Amino acid sequence: MTEENAGGVAKRFLYVNRRAPYGSIYALESLEVVLIGAAFEQDVSLAFLGDGVYQLTKGQDTKGLEVKNFSPTFRALEDYDVTKLYVEKEALEARGLSAADLVVPVEVVSTERMAEIMEAQDVILSF
Amino acid sequence: MLHTVNKSPFEHKALETCLKYARQGSAVLLIEDGVYAAAKDTAVSKQVQVALKSVSIYALKPDVEARGMQNRVMDGVRLVDYGGFVDLVAEHNAVQSWL
Repeated sequence: MTEENAGGVAKRFLYVNRRAPYGSIYALESLEVVLIGAAFEQDVSLAFLGDGVYQLTKGQDTKGLEVKNFSPTFRALEDYDVTKLYVEKEALEARGLSAADLVVPVEVVSTERMAEIMEAQDVILSF
Repeated sequence: MLHTVNKSPFEHKALETCLKYARQGSAVLLIEDGVYAAAKDTAVSKQVQVALKSVSIYALKPDVEARGMQNRVMDGVRLVDYGGFVDLVAEHNAVQSWL
């Protein structure tokens, strides 16, 4: 599914996030790429599966770890018209979390629905 | 023996394997993504509760706080700072890292 825009064809991009923050560089790098990609006016969605849901938890305090707390950056995505954030329901439940525990509004979806969302993309970037 | 686990229990088997080998009276220190195992009401918290009957379980506080888990730590898991990490290493004869 593509549509014309001023710069050419806008494709549907999905960023798939499966890693917890801080334990590896994947989560931060994904967010960096999303922000860079946002400048190109594409149709962007973010998916959070498995431990990826931990990227969005409230209350992250990295002072003791002396690394950047990048969780507030998710709140800035709206300014870049990145508003489609999908979180896997089963992943939240296994971790004792709910949408209320996350720093941004998200759409909580079943694994099956997530698979449909993936199917509808032009480009999928995995982190 | 002090065991350390740095992997999430939801994506890796490091914790499960560690707990299988951890003998009565030994200590398990959860660090990095391993601290997610210290959270209550999760799919793995039962496993940790059972382990607490025979081993001491600690979680590294800066790692817990970075991940926003400070208000979710289950009863029985003790938080330690970096100094406490050093103390645990010094108190035990050997350290086994489950990577």
